[in-house]
Parts: sequence; C-alpha cells; structure tokens
Amino acid sequence: MQNTLNRIEQMHDSSLFTAAVFDQAESERIGVSNYSYWRSTFRTFFKSKLVIALVALMAAILLMSFLYPLFSKVDPTKVSTRSRNWNLRPSWDHLFGTDTLGRDIFARAWYGCRNSFLLAFCIALSDVGIGMIAGAIWGYNRKLDPIMIELYNIMTNIPSTVYLVLLAYIMNTSYLTLFISMASRGWIVEARFFRNRILSIRDSEYNIASRCLGTPMFRIATRNIIPQIISLIIMEAALCIPYSIGSEVFLGFVGVGMPVDAITLGNMVNQGRASFTLHPYQMLLPTAVLCLITVAFYIIGNRFADASDPRNHL
Amino acid sequence: MDFSGKVRGNKMGKYILRRLLRSIVTLLIVFVAVFMLLRFMPLNGYFPQEMIKETDEATRMAYLRNLGLLDHPFVQLWRFLSNLMHGDLGRSITVYPKVPISTLMAEKIPTTAFLGFWSMLVGIVAGISMGMMMVRWKNRLGDALGNGYILLVRAVPSLIYLFFLQIWVSRWLNLPLVYDKDIPQSWILPILCLSLSSVAWYALWIRRFMVDEENQDYVKFAFVKGLSRKAVLRKHIFRTAVIPITAYLPSDLLNIVAGSLIIETLYAIPGTGGLLTTAIKRQDNNLVQVLVLMYAALSILGVFLGDLLLAFVDPRIKLTEEK
Repeated sequence: MQNTLNRIEQMHDSSLFTAAVFDQAESERIGVSNYSYWRSTFRTFFKSKLVIALVALMAAILLMSFLYPLFSKVDPTKVSTRSRNWNLRPSWDHLFGTDTLGRDIFARAWYGCRNSFLLAFCIALSDVGIGMIAGAIWGYNRKLDPIMIELYNIMTNIPSTVYLVLLAYIMNTSYLTLFISMASRGWIVEARFFRNRILSIRDSEYNIASRCLGTPMFRIATRNIIPQIISLIIMEAALCIPYSIGSEVFLGFVGVGMPVDAITLGNMVNQGRASFTLHPYQMLLPTAVLCLITVAFYIIGNRFADASDPRNHL
Repeated sequence: MDFSGKVRGNKMGKYILRRLLRSIVTLLIVFVAVFMLLRFMPLNGYFPQEMIKETDEATRMAYLRNLGLLDHPFVQLWRFLSNLMHGDLGRSITVYPKVPISTLMAEKIPTTAFLGFWSMLVGIVAGISMGMMMVRWKNRLGDALGNGYILLVRAVPSLIYLFFLQIWVSRWLNLPLVYDKDIPQSWILPILCLSLSSVAWYALWIRRFMVDEENQDYVKFAFVKGLSRKAVLRKHIFRTAVIPITAYLPSDLLNIVAGSLIIETLYAIPGTGGLLTTAIKRQDNNLVQVLVLMYAALSILGVFLGDLLLAFVDPRIKLTEEK
C-alpha cells in the first residue's frame, strides 16, 4: 500500500505532466465528419469502370449526334436516282452503307440520334419536371390524395392510342403530336413515384428528429429532402430516355408514330425491318446504335440510383 | 366469447363495397371520356374507302344516320348503355363491317387467352426460379447472367428483340415462322416471346424482395440455428418474399385476354392483340367502346382482386382503413 502511494508520488512529477489550459472554443467544438452527400454519391458512382466507360461513350455519342449535322456535308435525305447507289454494303464512302433509296445510313443514324435524343430529352424534362412538382403537392396534401389517385386510375386506363390518333387528326403527325401524347400520360406516373418517395422521406426518422429539434422547414426542405429528390430526378430522367426511344419504336410499328420522312432511330429501325431479309445491315447497324443508347442509359440510371442511396456510401 | 372475427368481417364487407363503388365510378369516367373523345373524330373516317368515291353527300349522311352517329353524343351514350344492359354489345362498323362484336370477341379471345395463359405460367415458373437462382448465387455468375437478361429485356425496345428472336430462333430450331392453330410446334415461339418480359419482371422482384428479407432478424436467427443457406432461402425467405408478388397475380391472369400487339402481328395470330389499335385508327367507335370498357374493367378488377388476395395471404395487412 505504502509502496503504491510512493510510486504515485513519483509519477506525479510536475516535470512530466502539465495541466491543460481550459479552452472555451475547443470545448464547444462538435465532432462533424466531412461527409458530403454529393461527393460520396459521385465517388460511389464513378468507382465502377463500366459506368465510366458508358458515361464517356454516351457523352461522345451525344456530342457527335449534335455536331455531325452541323459540320457534315452529307445530306441524309438525298435520294439517289441511280440504282447503283442503292443498297450499297458498308464501305469507306458509306460507313453504314446506303438504304433502298441510296441515302447514306451513317449520316441518317446521326441525324436520327439527334432527333430521338431531342424528343427523349423533351419528354424526360416534362415528365420528370411536372411529375416532381405534382408529386410534391400530392405527397404533402392529404386532401388531394383521393382525387389524384382517381385521376391516376383514369389516365392510366385510357389507351394512349386514342388521343394519339385524335391528335394526329387535329394537327397531323409530327414531333409535337408524339411529344404531347407521350408527355400527357407520363407525368402522372412520375408524380405517383415522387409522391411515394416524398411520403417516405417526409416521415422518415431523421426528418421527424429534425422536426423535433426545431429545424426550420426551409432547412429541412433544402438539406434533408431536396438532395434525395435530386438524385431521384437524375435517375428518372436517365431512365426516361430508353423508355421514350422504346415508345417511339413501338408507335412507329403501330403506324401512328412519326411521319415517314422524319429521321429518327425508331423510324430507321422500322424501315430497316422491311428490307431485313435482303439487306440485313440496313437494320442491324441503326438497331445496334439504338440498343447501345437505351442499354447505356438504363445502366447509368440504375447505377446512379444505387450510388445515390446513402446506404451504399463508404 | 370472441367477436373479433365477425367485426372484422363486417368492416371488410363495408370496405369491399366502398372499393367496388369507387371502381365503378372510375370505370364510368374512363368509358365516358373515351366515348366523348371518339365523337371528335372526323366524320369522313367512318366510310369505307370505296364509299367516299362512289356516293353522294345525301347517301353518306343517310349511312351515318342509320348507324346513329349523327345523334347527340349523350343520346348515343344512353343507347349504348341500355343496349349493354340487354347484353347487346353492338356491331363493328369499319374493321369487320356489320359483325356483332360479341361474335367477334368469342372468336378472338380464346386464341389470345390460350397463348396468354401458357405464357403466364412460363413467366411465373421461370421468373421465380430465375430470381431464386440469382439470390442463391448472389454477386456471382448466376446473378450476373440473370441481371444481364433483365437488363436486355427491359432496356432494349421489345420490337427489336422479338423480331430477331422470330427470325433467328425459328431458323435455328427449325420452327414455323407463323402461328397455326393446328401445329403445336408453332405455339412454342409465341408463348416464349410473350413470357420474356414477365420472366424478367418476376425475377427482378423476387430477387429484390428476397435480398430485402435477408437482413431480417428471423433470417439471422434461422442461420444461427444452423440451417443451411439453401433451406433458409427456400423455407424462410422465399415464403415471405413471394407475398407482395401475389398482389399482381389477378391482374396478370385477367390481362391474358388482352394479348400483345407486336407478337400477334409478327406471328399472324388471329387474336385480340392489335384489335384496339386497329379499331381506333379506323374509327370503329362501337368496337373501341367495347374494348376500352373491357380492358379498363379488367385492369381495375385486377387491382381490386390483387388487394383482396394480398389481405388474404398476408396476415399483417388489414383492409379496414384506420382512423
């Protein structure tokens, strides 16, 4: 006992220990990690090599499809009167060959990409934009719920061909008709999706905790809710592109899609289908481009959804 | 004494009644909306091609009046509904001139429903097995193959892969290129093609629900008890994961009569697949009305039955709305 005390006495040597100075600022510092939602999302997103490759490829295709029509001198609508220019196999002059009327398929593919992209972007913008706003109102207003659900049931049950054909009578088939008929229905599907997500985010535990701590509504909206919604918006917009290109192909097949002379990927696939048995390359090459685009955007959208989920963050 | 069962039954009866009434209202709105939209179509669309060339204005008007197309839309609506109550669906105008629609449907629905039923079975069996395989070998080859399949089916426009499947698989396996009622080999490809997307759908959701269940306490407990992964997957996880799927079974079963436009066109199947689109394009009002009414009724009924079935198989769900 005495021994121990002696030892403590020895340890309590003022040369070895100095009393710390009380620091007000230091004592009130809160341990905050430097976690940033967006940095983590993008780090997780770009960790996969496949995603990097696909994003780069899509950026290249996008850039090319908007630059090619500006700089190329090849006219995609130029019909050749000489039969020796028809149905040419792919060569250095015509990278994708020529179609039954001697039009250059390589040029048409880029014009088609551009037009299909533009249509898809417009649809994505309106579907996701209107859908998000409607979904937010729907999610936050309980009284609206029965009305909106009724509206959803009605709208999803009216075949879109009905107003597509009707619109085509009123204002002829064009990009606008196709856009209106696809966008008039897409928004409510998106609105329902956003409504469900906003409901679950609003009532999630960390938001209830925030509210209990007295966080102002504005801060809850900007820090807790909007970041989650933005990642959903990006994901839904990315997934809208394969959807709208797919619908365009389908409507072309039904015969209520674009006018025949419009150059879109959907039209090219449907036109190539007619000559497939004789000249398979006329369909295969545009189809390959189309599938590349839809598959890439589908993967990008889904991978982004995974990356934006905080549970997958490191 | 326990009255809870009786009370619950009573509440459930009320709930079902209210749900049914709301479904009927939805159905009516959908129907009236389509009905009115159709009346905006131009009158020229109602004539067969040769009639426009050969007849004068008066004959054409008489033709329209005979069909009752010149009456006020509400009069037409009332006429249709009262005929419907007597079991009379009306006659097709342009697509199959003067053929009673009930006869038409009786001819077309069995073909489509037959193929649809088998493809639904294939879809459920193959889809669920595929989803289970993906969970069994999660993050390994089986999972990657399954995900690749789902990705292709969902991202590539269906027309494209259906077209290539028809051309290449029929050549490869020496199968007939078009459907024929009397040749069973020609049924294989249409059924397979019809089931492709539902296989992907079932696999996707079974996998997702099973992966979600894997983190539950009861699953960890089952592992702690020393059960093998296979047994836990099959006996514990699968049974819970399949419950949310059952809500979609009634819809799937009812929708087999709708058919697929693309597949029925590619394989020349005389079914209901392209009927609605053709009827709309050719302004066959009577046919469009019946089809829209039928499809909307089936889809609303499907969702309704799905909810009932879910409440029946999942004891956690009570249909009565809580106050």
